[in-house]
Amino acid sequence: MTIEVRNLVKRFGAFAALDDVDLRVAKGELLALLGPSGSGKTTLLRIIAGLDWPDAGEVLIDGQDVLTRGAGERHVGFVFQHYALFRHMTVFENVAFGLRVQPRAVRKSEQEIRARVKELLDLVQLDWLAKRYPSQLSGGQRQRIALARALAIRPRILLLDEPFGALDAKVRKELRTWLRSLHRELDVTSIFVTHDQEEALEVANRVVVMDKGRIEQAGTPGDVYDNPATAFVHSFIGESIVLPVEVDDGCVRLGDKVLNIAAERGSSGPSRLFVRRHDMQVGPSGWGGLEGTVRRVRTFGPIQRADVALPGAQGETLIEIDAPRDRDLRDGDIVGLQPRRYRIFAGRD
Amino acid sequence: MTMEQALPRYTDASGRSGRKAVTARALRRDPRTEPGPVRWIVIGLAVSFLSVFVVLPLIVVFAQAFGKGIGAYLSALADPEALSAIRLTLCVAALSVALNLVFGLVAAWAIAKFEFTGKTVLISLIDLPFSVSPVIAGLVFVLLFGAQGYFGPWLQANNIHVLFALPGITLATVFVTFPFVARALIPLMQEQGTQEEEAALSLGASGLQTFFRVTLPNIKWGLLYGVLLCNARAMGEFGAVSVVSGHIRGETNTMPLLVEILYNEYQFVTAFAIASLLAMLALVTLVVKTLLERRLDEGQGS
Repeated sequence: MTIEVRNLVKRFGAFAALDDVDLRVAKGELLALLGPSGSGKTTLLRIIAGLDWPDAGEVLIDGQDVLTRGAGERHVGFVFQHYALFRHMTVFENVAFGLRVQPRAVRKSEQEIRARVKELLDLVQLDWLAKRYPSQLSGGQRQRIALARALAIRPRILLLDEPFGALDAKVRKELRTWLRSLHRELDVTSIFVTHDQEEALEVANRVVVMDKGRIEQAGTPGDVYDNPATAFVHSFIGESIVLPVEVDDGCVRLGDKVLNIAAERGSSGPSRLFVRRHDMQVGPSGWGGLEGTVRRVRTFGPIQRADVALPGAQGETLIEIDAPRDRDLRDGDIVGLQPRRYRIFAGRD
Repeated sequence: MTMEQALPRYTDASGRSGRKAVTARALRRDPRTEPGPVRWIVIGLAVSFLSVFVVLPLIVVFAQAFGKGIGAYLSALADPEALSAIRLTLCVAALSVALNLVFGLVAAWAIAKFEFTGKTVLISLIDLPFSVSPVIAGLVFVLLFGAQGYFGPWLQANNIHVLFALPGITLATVFVTFPFVARALIPLMQEQGTQEEEAALSLGASGLQTFFRVTLPNIKWGLLYGVLLCNARAMGEFGAVSVVSGHIRGETNTMPLLVEILYNEYQFVTAFAIASLLAMLALVTLVVKTLLERRLDEGQGS
């Protein structure tokens, strides 16, 4: 099933949670909505599910306008951040809920319901927990039961709100892999919301980066990492060195130093230079366009990370760089620096 | 959770348990509690206060009630006037509890699940009956429905009796007992939030199905707790009811009112026999309340 969102606007008082958002999700996609808190990603998900209403815009599922329908009529599976399992029901009854509340005319027989619940509990590999209550389960188990419950109604699309947000790191990693393989198996169009870039890049087929109620960029995980469309995406995804530079007809200056890198032609004025930490090459003093003093070196497995102080008119700027282990860096060394890959975005804020 | 579990165990610098003799002597006494004499004085004060002001009166009530033997006690209760008071009290309590069950649930629902302007005012208003003297509460209804009141002439013209009758007594009682159900539910519903309801809706449940299958089971112990306290107060209410009842013998006297009248007429056995019923109600309420509180605590853990 495809999902299409057109010109969606949602305001909470003066605050624009969604500011003219357009989004298309293709059939069978596993899409990540990535952004900091307050970027509007959860609001977007809730509007698609029918748990919130937009002030303007359209939501189409499979080409049909669904805004006139209530949450229950959209056949959308929703997995809540804190699971929202029914605390007074057993795991079995939780999963069976969506089947039991169906109108009498289409409701399945008790036997069919039992079979379906069993099948779902097998799918999430937790059939042995059927008689337990949610309070007796671990976080990861609750998450999987919440997913089974959402799948019980054979949803047309699956929406997950921060599915791994409340879990510890190890369980999170396991569940990521598991969700990917489950998605491949079920082939249901899915959107999940996350503020964790690693999660988005690792799990999703496509990542949509949001900030302040707008979509900043949509693309494959490789795309948003390697070719960030905006300054926000560059600083939000992956770690970046950011330097305030002055661009003057293609010539880039840091303070009074001219860097031997090229800006796009025609651009000029105050800008920011973005360089990934590992894209900053280190050489001997005098090499490259920048020079700085090594302040502190520490090692992480195959790399060593160093703070380098760049002298400037308003005191020194401290940047963090990653260098291979074989480069011998010591505190107090004067080194030359040259960005291998970089992006320049106009504006300073 | 006891204090013992809440606080970390003492260990010395090397990480060994504080039970070792050397460490124990260095600490002298457990720093988490007061010295023995202070503890005993505090506990003694609390216990003797409760004995004099709570337990002693309870004993006196039963002693007086059974003072002339069990036969006198039973015949006192079989008196038509007493029976009528008991019937009226049960009737008023049932009506008030039923009404406040609905009002309380609606108010708690509105406060816990919706955002709207004037919410804080509504929350304060819910507590109003607690802060207003019950006599004033009764007077308000006299001013509204009395012969000289706003609705009095109209009511009289249509031959509807509110004051000095069941409706007036029920209204006064509803007013006084309103906060119990709402107060018991608001924190519970606020804590539970709306996520389970949202989950139910997205799974295709209707509004009614969501209420009966998800909301109500989640709040049932809190609801019972509120109903219990509401009932106890409704049966025991004196001030507000006294103003609106009119004290018509055998007709508009509730149990507390009858106790006062009989006492003033020196009919001690009958007065205390009825009082003992109210006291027993209090004891039952206390036991059930404790049980419910335990259920509520368990519910919070999940």
